[in-house]
Order: sequence, then C-alpha cells, then structure tokens
Amino acid sequence: MRKRETMSVLSVTQIATDTFEMIAENSRISEQAKPGQFVHIYIPGHTLRRPISIAAVDPSTASVSLVFKAIGDGTKQLSNYLPGMQIDVLGPNGNGFSIDISEDERVLLIGGGVGVPPMYHLAKRLSEETSIDIVSVLGFQTKNAVFYEEEFNRIGETYIVTDDGSYGTHGVVTDIVGQFTDRTQYFSCGPLPMLRAVKSKLSHIPGKVSLEERMGCGVGACMACVLPTVDNHYKKICSEGPVFVAEEVVL
Amino acid sequence: MNLSVKLPGLNLKNPIMPASGCFGFGKEYSEYYDLSLLGGVMMKAATQFERLGNPTPRVAETSAGMLNAIGLQNPGVQQIIDHEVPRLAKYDTSIIANIAGSSIEEYEFVAASFNQTTDVDALELNISCPNVKEGGIQFGTDPFMAKKVTEVVKKASNKPVYVKLSPNVHNIVEMAKAVEEAGADGLSMINTLTGMKIHLPSRKPLIANKTGGLSGPAIKPVAIRMIYEVRQQVSIPIIGMGGITSAEDVLEYLIAGADAVAVGTANFQNPFVCVDIINELPEVLEQYGFNSIEDVIEKRGITV
Repeated sequence: MRKRETMSVLSVTQIATDTFEMIAENSRISEQAKPGQFVHIYIPGHTLRRPISIAAVDPSTASVSLVFKAIGDGTKQLSNYLPGMQIDVLGPNGNGFSIDISEDERVLLIGGGVGVPPMYHLAKRLSEETSIDIVSVLGFQTKNAVFYEEEFNRIGETYIVTDDGSYGTHGVVTDIVGQFTDRTQYFSCGPLPMLRAVKSKLSHIPGKVSLEERMGCGVGACMACVLPTVDNHYKKICSEGPVFVAEEVVL
Repeated sequence: MNLSVKLPGLNLKNPIMPASGCFGFGKEYSEYYDLSLLGGVMMKAATQFERLGNPTPRVAETSAGMLNAIGLQNPGVQQIIDHEVPRLAKYDTSIIANIAGSSIEEYEFVAASFNQTTDVDALELNISCPNVKEGGIQFGTDPFMAKKVTEVVKKASNKPVYVKLSPNVHNIVEMAKAVEEAGADGLSMINTLTGMKIHLPSRKPLIANKTGGLSGPAIKPVAIRMIYEVRQQVSIPIIGMGGITSAEDVLEYLIAGADAVAVGTANFQNPFVCVDIINELPEVLEQYGFNSIEDVIEKRGITV
C-alpha cells in the first residue's frame, strides 16, 4: 500500500531566473526514487497537486532535491517555502529511467529547461553506479536561465546551448547533438518540440524520452496526461511514463 | 453509527462513492487503501468501442476548481467487462457502471452489454458529458431526448438505471421529471459545468478542446441548489456530486435532497479523501443531531 508522505523543507534556493531548488527530507522517497520519477505536491489553496521532478536524492541524509520553475501561483507559493515547513506529497510517482545499462554504452543526455533536473538525477546515478561514458547537452533560453552546469561538468563532458546565444553555443540542442557520432543511445527530457526534434535527429540510435504534461490525479486514474503511441493507443504519462522508449510514442 | 443507505440495486454500507471519471476503474486508488471501505465505486464511462479521447492538455486548474476535457477515453465496454469489472468485484463494495454513447443505439448496446455480468449493481447513464463533439450532450439538454434514451436503456438493461443530469440546462427540474417519467430508478446530479480559461500571453485556451467541464468546490452551490429544486418535484433517489471534500459537505448534500454522494475532483488533491470522509461522518452527523444516514434522509429539508 502507498502511504501519506510528508516532506520537511530543508532549504529553498534560487539557482537561475525563476528557477528554484528545494531540498527536503523524506527517507522513503530518497531511498526509492529512480531518475525520471516525480513527486506530486499539494499546495494549500489549490485544487490540483503540482508534479515536480526529482533532481537528486541522498539516502544518507534522507534528502530529496526538487527543481522547479516558479511560473504560476502554485509554484510561486512553493518557492517561498521556508526551512522546517512540512509538505504533503505523493511519490515517488511514475516510471523512471532504468540505470541497468551495459558498461560499454556511450550515452548522450539531452535536457531542456526544466527537463534538466531529471537528467541530472540520471547522470548522477549513472556516474555513481556505473562507469559509463556520459556526454550531456543542456539547452536553456538565456544565460540567466542556466543551472547545474558545474554539477554536470563534474560527471562528464557537458555542452550548454542557449536560444539567444548569450552563453554557450547559440541555438537549440538539436543543432549540436548530431556531432556526437560515437554515442550508442540517448536519454532526453524537455519540452515536446525539443523531444520531437531530438527523436528525429537521433533516429539512428535508441532513445528514451521523459515527457511533461498537465496532470489531474498524477497516479493514472483520470487520464488527463496522455501521450499517443505508434500503435494508435494512449499511454498515461503520470503512471506509465513519464519515461518512454522514443520509437514507441508519437511526439 | 449506522452509515448504510439502501437505494435501488445498491445496498451501500456508507453513502460515499468515488465519482465516475475521477477514479478510473479503481486500480490506482487500490494502491492507497482497501476499496471495500467505500460505499460503492462509479466506474469511468464505457462506450461501445475503445475511445482515445481529446488532445492534450486536457486539464487546467481554476479558482476552487478544475476544467477537464478528457473526452471519455476508455477501452470499450467489453474490455471493461472482461478486465476491469472482475478486478473491482474482488472488493466488498457496490459497482456502478457509467455508460456513454454518441447515439441511442450505442447507449442501448453498452447498457445491454452489462447484462453479461452480475458484478455490476447499477448503471449510471451519462447523458451529460460536455466534452464530446458528436452526441452525448444533446441527450442531456433536451428533455425529449433524455426521456427517449432513458426508456431505451431501461428496456435494454436488467439493472437499475441512474441518469446523470447536466447542470448546463435552463430548467433542471424539467429534465429530472422527464427521466423519472421514462422509468429512471434514480438520478446523479450534477455533471460538470461548461467553462473556459485563457492563457493571457498566448491568448490560447488552456485546454486543447477550448472548453471543458468545471468541477470542484466552485460548483458545489450550483449542485446544492439543483438537488434542492429537484427534490421538491421528483421522488426517485438522488446521488449528489460536485465539489464534495468533507463530511460537512456530504451532510449539506443529504439535507438538500441527496440520498448518497459521489466524490470527484477531491480525489486528485487527496487520494484518501473518500476514506477520510467516511471516518469523519459519524462525528459530524452526531454534531448536528443525527444518529444515522437514514435519520438525515428522514428528517431532511431546510429551515426557512
């Protein structure tokens, strides 16, 4: 049985424009969360919970890092939380990325905007639990939106791309992902148009994509957050995803 | 305290049921608690064939509520009978199948299909989904059509039929009377109110279908008013729904004229909401001087 979960806020830090990192304590989630999974957070005064992806976990301190953009009323409220506050959460929810990968794989991680945090969780776990060769490409709108560059640099070769060219390479992630010709598979998370472009550009290698969509229940009951599949069905992003094999879904 | 309530085809151990469309077929919430605690489960709508539903985004949050335009996504009635009903039947709770269609013939087919199983205790006739382009809603807004589809479904089915009414009508009493005359065993009230929300920077509606059904606490006063009006004119039982989040809300519905209730959107905020309400009910009933659900129903009515 799944239980009521409470997280205790340890810190909330602004790490880029409108982007916040919350570190909160919950031993079960820190032990169980897989890269790509999310927590569904209740914010008082709001009808719907907010799905926030897990950016890292540290079971030794029972801590969970959550990175989110404060763009609406709910996430702005969340960005003002103070240490010691208790949060009502469901999670970890969804199916994440498998880190059971052959050691001779050479992976390419591609994250865009708020799609970067789950990629960081994946990169961190892959680097901790395997010796796989990792290259990361991270896309942001502008220089002030860039976060986690140093963290990714500690793990492997990392490239930053910005839409306006104010930092890193000018352009979008798909402008450069094709140059990493030795990669054997990719993992990506970001806005749908980016994932569509990535899937098309890297169609010669297997890939897994993590989707975001507005959710109702967040557990698979309401069928709000669905994604069409190539065999003319729908998959539920919250419970059957958010991670899918790229060839199996229509982006 | 005795929380049981008896309705046509339904021996409910308590008056709390998760509302159709908000609980899938129970599988997900069975990971949170034992579904046998519930009075009943109102399953997600069944249509003749699999329906894929509307494009995303399908939901948007509003003040004290939510807009949705799922579009009746479901695997088709036979899949539901073969795979979903047997799983739910393992629990000691009543099962109500919500049936939907785009034509009278489809409603008839789906209703008759559920005759195959004795595990479904009653049907909820969905003539009020506002989010499906062809069919559906006109049955819920035209008393003549509502009467006609109710008659056909009653004839096709060997189970009690509860007709789910749309609030998007000028005269809800007229609709309720029409389906009562057609032989409905009960009413479900209310479905969602049609609404819309616009994203200012892009000037686009927040949901892909443009409009959606508004649910949540925002619609509770509308539901209470409609149930109160219908209760004065119609004698068949009413399952009330719309914005219920607490035991006090349930009592308000019962006093207005409902005989049982369904909890919808609140499940999304708190997956344990139905059991929380069931646990809170005895204390709240006692606080207001009632000693059972039947006692509330017998003594109900508002003070003027």
